[in-house]
Amino acid sequence: MSATSDRLQTIVSNVKKASILKALERGVRLDNRKPDEYRPLSITLGYAKKADGSALVKLGDTMVLAGTKLEMDEPFPDTPNQGNLMVNVELLPLAYETFEPGPPDENAIELARVVDRSLRDSKAVDLSKLVIIPGKKVWSLWVDVYVLDFAGNVMDASTIAAVAAIYNTKLPKVEVNGEEVKVLTERTDVTPLAYPVVTLTAAKIGNFVVIDPNLEEESIADAKLSISYTPDMRIVGIQKSLGGAIKLEEIPQIEEVTRKAASRLFSELKNTFGIA
Amino acid sequence: MLAAQQRPRLIDERGLRTDGRRPDELRPIRIELGVLKNADGSAIFEMGNTKVIAAVYGPKEMHPRHMALPDRTVLRVRYHMTPFSTDERKNPAPSRREIELSKVIREALESAILTELFPRATIDVFMEVLQADAGTRLVSLMAASMALADAGIPMRDLIAGVAVGKADEVLVLDLNEAEDMWGGADMPIAMMPSLNKVVLFQLNGTMTPEELRQALELAKKGIAEIYQLEKKAIKEKFVEVS
Repeated sequence: MSATSDRLQTIVSNVKKASILKALERGVRLDNRKPDEYRPLSITLGYAKKADGSALVKLGDTMVLAGTKLEMDEPFPDTPNQGNLMVNVELLPLAYETFEPGPPDENAIELARVVDRSLRDSKAVDLSKLVIIPGKKVWSLWVDVYVLDFAGNVMDASTIAAVAAIYNTKLPKVEVNGEEVKVLTERTDVTPLAYPVVTLTAAKIGNFVVIDPNLEEESIADAKLSISYTPDMRIVGIQKSLGGAIKLEEIPQIEEVTRKAASRLFSELKNTFGIA
Repeated sequence: MLAAQQRPRLIDERGLRTDGRRPDELRPIRIELGVLKNADGSAIFEMGNTKVIAAVYGPKEMHPRHMALPDRTVLRVRYHMTPFSTDERKNPAPSRREIELSKVIREALESAILTELFPRATIDVFMEVLQADAGTRLVSLMAASMALADAGIPMRDLIAGVAVGKADEVLVLDLNEAEDMWGGADMPIAMMPSLNKVVLFQLNGTMTPEELRQALELAKKGIAEIYQLEKKAIKEKFVEVS
């Protein structure tokens, strides 16, 4: 059952809402960003050495660690020429004061499913590269996204971390003898990532729209719109969240803002981090 | 087995869909209010072969008390599929999909209900999918909206929603199961039509930015039609009472 909760303690931040709105009227945000400005991004590839691929992503104060593991498996009967992709997101108790241990809650499940759909529908992960023996043996690619510091826009950070960790994953060399498969310790230079995909989140606060909301902005936002893109600017996923509404004609306007930001983010991924 | 099926043609040479509809045509809709005796409000909402029953209990005192919120009502929402609603039996335990959809439906209802009128209280909304044939999240949300109206809970507007998708690269209104399974996109959207506000909005699959804009226009048209039927169902129910 899904219940209204106040995990971000919005009552306290109602006091802050006035000052955030006042700043937005002047076209600035309390952290001095412009409405369409992303926070500084850093990506450390290979941060967790035991993972098959990993990435530590910092987006402002938000910190997310993604790691992948490859397991040999059988393919699903309807997709004999595809490996399997599994995405999980955990909102760790160490990431925020009110988070508690336990199985993923609705927020973690929603994050994981949006990341999963973006990776899948975009075909950013080339599942055919995960095939070892068609119809018999494939790799299952597990992508586990661990939120370490919950400081706003965990959605976008989770997609970036998943993409970077998959990019960092190199398939092992295998020896195939009939149906026998021997996995060698050496790695190929094949990554299952065909191209990156990004998710851009915009928050609607009163009559204003900001991208990459920080925690304060998120806690008073009426609604958020997360839109995922491929490098050729196809939309490969949308999720509206939070309990407020967005005017119908605002959607194309917001999409234009997120698309421009997506384009800048793809440039940064390529030029600064080599992910393309 | 479905998995063995070949991808069927979704639009025929006359430009019609697998169920004979035009691309901009809705499935038949049937709405019935007050179908349950115990609930404070209830409704059955049918759209083509998709059928959902919804019930509302409340506003009532919140238990446990520490879960209550001082400034608004706590909405507790469950979207659930009966095991016999699908082609193959669905495990009755809540799936990750049902947990996500319960959340997006709750958030949609929160934008419509005047939750600030009942602080420290709770409203329970339960939806059971009886027949699943594409569009269950929207039909559930609309069933819930009708049940809330039936319970007399103050709302900003009724909620009407429809999915727009792509069948053989043609934008189509109100996907059926074949289009949902084989089509290139599924964009469920729900609105408070009088206020022109979107309360639920998702996209699976892919669209170009231009297709997205056309899809929104198509959805708006379908939503306006559904909204008229919803208002008619409520008027009929209350004509009966008086």
